[in-house]
Amino acid sequence: MSLTRILASAVMALGLAGTALAEDKTKVGFIYVGPIGDGGWTYEHDQGRLAVEEHFGDKVETVFQESVPEGADAERAITQMALQGADLIFTTSFGYMDSTINVASKFPDVKFEHATGFKTADNVSVYSARFYEGRAIQGHIAGKMTKSNVIGYIASFPIPEVIRGINAAYIHAKAVNPDVEFKVIWVYTWFDPPKEADAATALIDQGADVILQHTDSTAPQAAAEKAGVISFGQASDMAEYAPLPRVSSIIDNWAPYYIARTQAVIDGSWESTETWDGIAPGMVEIGAISDAVPAAIKAEALAMKDLIASGQYHPFTGPLNKQDGTPWLAEGEVADDGTLLGMDFYVEGLTAEIPQ
Amino acid sequence: MIQLEKRPQPSRLWTFLTPMLAVVITMIVGGALFAALGKNPVEAIRTIFWDPLFGEFAFYYRPQLLVKAAPLILIAIGLSLGFKAGIWNIGAEGQYIMGALAGAGVGLAFYPLEAAYIFPLMVIAGALGGWAWGMIPGLLKTRFGTNEILVSLMLVYVAEQLLAKMALGLLRNPDGRGFPGSRNLQQYPSAHNAEIIAGTGIHWGVVAALIAVIFAYILFTRHLLGYQIRLAGQAPKAARFAGVNPARLTLVCLGLSGALAGLAGMFEVSGPAGQINIDFNVGYGFTAIIVAFLGRLHPVGILLAGLLLALTFIGGENAESNLGLPAAAIQMFQGMLLFFLLAVDVLTNFRLRWKTAEVV
Repeated sequence: MSLTRILASAVMALGLAGTALAEDKTKVGFIYVGPIGDGGWTYEHDQGRLAVEEHFGDKVETVFQESVPEGADAERAITQMALQGADLIFTTSFGYMDSTINVASKFPDVKFEHATGFKTADNVSVYSARFYEGRAIQGHIAGKMTKSNVIGYIASFPIPEVIRGINAAYIHAKAVNPDVEFKVIWVYTWFDPPKEADAATALIDQGADVILQHTDSTAPQAAAEKAGVISFGQASDMAEYAPLPRVSSIIDNWAPYYIARTQAVIDGSWESTETWDGIAPGMVEIGAISDAVPAAIKAEALAMKDLIASGQYHPFTGPLNKQDGTPWLAEGEVADDGTLLGMDFYVEGLTAEIPQ
Repeated sequence: MIQLEKRPQPSRLWTFLTPMLAVVITMIVGGALFAALGKNPVEAIRTIFWDPLFGEFAFYYRPQLLVKAAPLILIAIGLSLGFKAGIWNIGAEGQYIMGALAGAGVGLAFYPLEAAYIFPLMVIAGALGGWAWGMIPGLLKTRFGTNEILVSLMLVYVAEQLLAKMALGLLRNPDGRGFPGSRNLQQYPSAHNAEIIAGTGIHWGVVAALIAVIFAYILFTRHLLGYQIRLAGQAPKAARFAGVNPARLTLVCLGLSGALAGLAGMFEVSGPAGQINIDFNVGYGFTAIIVAFLGRLHPVGILLAGLLLALTFIGGENAESNLGLPAAAIQMFQGMLLFFLLAVDVLTNFRLRWKTAEVV
């Protein structure tokens, strides 16, 4: 145990030396789970990185590593960035959580920001976006647009984040179309174009005429285009598929957050925080609703967006029951963040089961 | 014009030289690739091959080389047994997963009990898990004559599904807020495959890999089984006359390679990786096939090849983040290594001859 500690402090000392060398420039590192050209999740994080470079110019240097597997390799990649003198490191996938915490304990003077996780430390912040706000608007449009009343959903992993998205979309599709039915396929990946395309095709074969995706590639868009059904861009605008099949999108805009946190490191005012922002501060954006959507539906969707942004409407507002019929939220009651962050149940009406 | 002339026997000299030649050609062509991407090729090659070993932060990367190479070597040694005998286990990745699941499962079953016997039990369970998964293609082959290449490969996907199922269900961390993934074994001392000497990267998996190298070396030079394996690979008919039971040999080779892959998975999950998760496997089982061939199916060769591949992985990562090289370029660089090895292999079995066209 003591030997480990000696090593840790040796590493730490060298880390400090490394930081000192690069003291004129603030070095910001990014660890990506996919390739920067995925057109979705990682692409948007990289846009955030580029925005940091643009905003600070010569004062900041950024480095990144793409397609880093979660696990032992991630720990090495993060360590190597810290060793090379990074002052602030963003680890942009849930699976980097324990690795980020491990490395952070060895480099107390480097700041870490972990996306979508829940473990913090003195030098580790977490941040995520309230994507479910965008999902609610998607659900509304999807419920109005579907003719077969079957909506296909390509889900990645059965984690609260994804389940929350399915619930939010379902609640709002159901509200405008009581006959709507959701079919969910779990692909167990964030980025695997062939698998995502297969899932989209399978859903379309089962009668879905609207495809929602919680994976990062544009492959489902291409499949939807071929089959003549509609889809929504995920993480990134995916505007190259507009006006059809892509009728709108949820865009993750990390740039303001990344710039603010980098500024905090430069100013020395950085503190460990937990951020969960939505449409209001602009972390979640709704991509332009295309002309394929009738003007009336478009106006409703935008009105909902404004209500969410102003805080007048919360997408999880009672009365809502859980899937098994037990009451969850009473009339007018709003879900608390704790329940939302740990959401492991479907709402009433969803027929599928969450994989166990 | 150049003509190829078959050597009566593979050249011993070229057997040793071709891997090095392949590395040199890879450096040259890879350097050209990096230059085409607008990076300084000398700096890129230095970052990949030199810095992890002798650069400023070598104190961190050298141990990491062992951590990365150990599972590759352990699996490749097992595969080489079968490959030499003409038994093609392509599913080491699946056996690796099953070893990890069995090992971690046993460890987690004891949680939070602290006892010295837990880790040895996990080691046994890991080996058994991999062994059992390797025996499936073995038994199907010997009983029904199925193709072990296809069956072992298919079982990788079965194992991946089982891994996802376990990470989401039975082995899921009850304190993990519903997120997939088991408890972190690094935080459970009795089950943690910690470094034996801190800062060296040497955990029990590294020790096991070295033991496997020595064991395989003795097996091939001194032991009857090693002789039978070689004979079965080179002359199957002669092997049968010499009393080699092909069914038994198939089972032994697939079982042993499965057990070693299972051990690798178990040491990985209890040490560097820490937890069972959906994305736990990162392709060691497949990369080990490259390691086995790069090392000429020879135990010492595999040891060196495993270290070399680990170097390109770690150096490649550094080149990515320090020089901004795209990940795809690094993967291409690694692919070139195998490609050129196979290409220059021709020199081992053939002689190059200049021939003037014969006048008729």
